[in-house]
Amino acid sequence: MDESLTLHFTVPPDDFTRAGEASSSTKATLKQLGLPADVIRRVSIVMYEGEINMVIHANGGEITVTISPDQITMVLKDAGPGIPDIQQAMQAGWSTASGAARDLGFGAGMGLPNMKKCADTLDIDSTVGVGTTVTAVVRL
Amino acid sequence: MTLRELVDSGLFQVVNRGEELDRTVDRVFCCDLLSVAMCNAPAGCAWVTVMGNINTLAVVALTDAACVILAGGVQLDPPAAQRAVQQGITVLATDQPVFEAALAVHQRLHG
Ligand SMILES: Nc1ncnc2c1ncn2[C@@H]1O[C@H](COP(=O)(O)OP(=O)(O)O)[C@@H](O)[C@H]1O
Ligand SMILES: [Mg+2]
Repeated sequence: MDESLTLHFTVPPDDFTRAGEASSSTKATLKQLGLPADVIRRVSIVMYEGEINMVIHANGGEITVTISPDQITMVLKDAGPGIPDIQQAMQAGWSTASGAARDLGFGAGMGLPNMKKCADTLDIDSTVGVGTTVTAVVRL
Repeated sequence: MTLRELVDSGLFQVVNRGEELDRTVDRVFCCDLLSVAMCNAPAGCAWVTVMGNINTLAVVALTDAACVILAGGVQLDPPAAQRAVQQGITVLATDQPVFEAALAVHQRLHG
């Protein structure tokens, strides 16, 4: 791999049946590229949690994945309600998820902490009323 | 034990006979919170849960769990059933609660 490869996904709003498409498609690409299993797993977890957050908290959004020789960068951008207190949102167990999301097995408040654990760096840029951009990097 | 042996053991109803039946099942994992399962389900496990929606299948696919076992009489909802077939994911089911279901697999694995 001597060039970077960019993948782009649109995450539809409120569609649980399609949540996970971006992560599984990215996983398939990384597998084809022969990247280490651990990297694939970490990227998959970050992507999946990010996708689910977009569906349950932000009316969908856009994900761009850039695969370079030295790292995988995921940029998850939405125009949702924004996160008023990022530190609080990062706490394990903190969640504002709806009952519907909980019924589907989400809303444990573990998503952002999981993403942080799996990524080498995780940056959240959020403005209330404007949206949220999460940038995660997994190094190779 | 291979996945085929587990599928054919008669311990569970076979909801979907997936692909890769020759892969190894080497442990059991129980969890119903998908975020927690996502992060902790080991590759090659038989994952026992009471969540039978489409996201359950996404977690199986992303973690490389060998199969999912729906406990407590839970069934796959229709979109999830479709996805299981599409993606070749093995789905088993039982009326037994989570612990008993997991114990049955554990006993197969460890005598
Ligand atoms: N993209 C987002 N837009 C708005 N709020 C978000 C977003 N992602 C996360 N949050 C907020 O951060 C909280 C914690 O997120 P997370 O750790 O993934 O847990 P959960 O999704 O289970 O609630 C959410 O409950 C929500 O309030
Ligand atoms: Mg979340």
